[in-house]
Amino acid sequence: MAVLVVAEHDNVSLKEATQKVVSAAKAMGADVDVLVAGSRAGDAAGAAAKIAGVRTVLHADAVSLDKQLAEPMEALIVPLMSGYDAVLFPASTTGKNVAPRVAAKLDVMQVSNIIGVDGADTFVRPIYAGNAIITVKDTQPKKVLTVQPTAFKAAGEGGPAEIKSIAAATGAFKSAFVREEMAKSDRPELTAAKRVVSGGRALGSSEEFHKVLDPLADKLGAAVGASRAAVDAGYAPNDYQVGQTGKVVAPELYVAVGISGAIQHLAGMKDSKVIVAINKDEEAPIFQIADYGLVQDYKTAVPELMDELAKAGL
Amino acid sequence: MKVLVPVKRVLDFNLKVRVKPDGSGVDLSNLKMSINPFCEIAVEEAVRMKEGGGGHAKDAAKEVIAVSIGPEQAQETLRNALAIGADRGILVKTEGEVEPLAVAKLLKAIVDAEKPDIVILGKQAIDDDNNATGQMLAALLDWPQATFASKIVLLDGKASVTREVDGGLQTIDVELPAIITTDLRLNEPRYASLPNIMKAKKKPIDVKTPADLGVDTTPRLNVVKTAEPPKRSGGVKVKSAAELVGKLKEAGVL
Repeated sequence: MAVLVVAEHDNVSLKEATQKVVSAAKAMGADVDVLVAGSRAGDAAGAAAKIAGVRTVLHADAVSLDKQLAEPMEALIVPLMSGYDAVLFPASTTGKNVAPRVAAKLDVMQVSNIIGVDGADTFVRPIYAGNAIITVKDTQPKKVLTVQPTAFKAAGEGGPAEIKSIAAATGAFKSAFVREEMAKSDRPELTAAKRVVSGGRALGSSEEFHKVLDPLADKLGAAVGASRAAVDAGYAPNDYQVGQTGKVVAPELYVAVGISGAIQHLAGMKDSKVIVAINKDEEAPIFQIADYGLVQDYKTAVPELMDELAKAGL
Repeated sequence: MKVLVPVKRVLDFNLKVRVKPDGSGVDLSNLKMSINPFCEIAVEEAVRMKEGGGGHAKDAAKEVIAVSIGPEQAQETLRNALAIGADRGILVKTEGEVEPLAVAKLLKAIVDAEKPDIVILGKQAIDDDNNATGQMLAALLDWPQATFASKIVLLDGKASVTREVDGGLQTIDVELPAIITTDLRLNEPRYASLPNIMKAKKKPIDVKTPADLGVDTTPRLNVVKTAEPPKRSGGVKVKSAAELVGKLKEAGVL
């Protein structure tokens, strides 16, 4: 059995989600190849070749693949599938955009957002914002899966695997990249961060959100996240959103500030190793899953926490 | 321009689902069902394309058609879309689970008949959390797709769509006809007014079956087991920031 893993990268560096999806592929008991599709993404392909257990890296380089848009990615991947039993994508916005398109072309129902692999054809995934977990048997001749990276350990270093250049599909695509505005931040990326500080609607304004959370995040070397309520209210940008319809994170430390703990938020963070909740409402549902709860107004709790962290040498 | 909006009937977003004790599925009996929130955003955007607003010129869309695939009660979901301002509805009556691939095939048959310029739908349904139908429909139609939209600007023969991607925003142009899936910040759906709810009751709903459309909806995947998620036991309450830092040190996360 052979499985193709579609790498997550930005042409410059390979994202750790790739190593995690490789682990999911290995759990299927398969030979694993990695596809690096991009534009001048040689370094990312080189990094993929150093993942332990990877047989071959397929490297497709073309201007049309620069942003990994759905159409050129579909045109590249679908023909490759004659040589594979399954294709695995990270459940990133790129993977979620492309995978179902490939699945429909192959006349296959995709298994979305898997958090567990039980052999070659049985997968575990959350539904209803993680309030139910289903085990799915997929006996289709080709399988298309998206993988929740936080649910798998990253494959280690090994190799190097052989890097094979392959041609990108040519054709007239009906979508074109115009521009992007990426958030510039010195903080770690939310889904990969070891520590995350998140804020909720209690923060009250965008100004307050950043005034309270940014220094705490910087002190902890943490990424900043937000509840959907805070995003809806305009206190934080959408790419901060942690939850069912936002990002799924599983850091070592998750600090929830002024977050009540709606079902859909918990879906995005309940696999964190240690959860801290700071909320003045002692009935807030977040306390039911928090390892450490501090019932206090964030306005006094966060400054005190900053002082105590400083005393502890942070 | 004609706009088609697929809408799904799901468990109300405020409610928590119950897993059946025998692990055979989830229990939805006697629970309130509503229009999927992302679908509601799609209906609102389509109606703005018709009425003007949200950056769209009035009459950019001449007709908005809502489609739902589900049981008889999905008529209520369609009425919901009609009350927001869709012109007419199509119900494809199904029984049991219909997977996104089958939904996409049913929608393709409707698109072939109705020939819309844009199909706008929610990025994800909050029940099965698949995030797949729009992309699958785009593939079956060989149309371009702009998923996770937070802004749509209609131009001559194309749409310029700003997408919510990991780390920021990406804008792409898609030639029409195209598929657009909605993200949370695209708009804030209106509350339908009472007169519009009454008016919606008189709007036509056409009822079809998968057989009418020549689509086999047999599921491809076999759900072997449905379980409760592992419980996370609540921990301890601490009295102060100092105690909290002490605990975090003990836990080895500082």
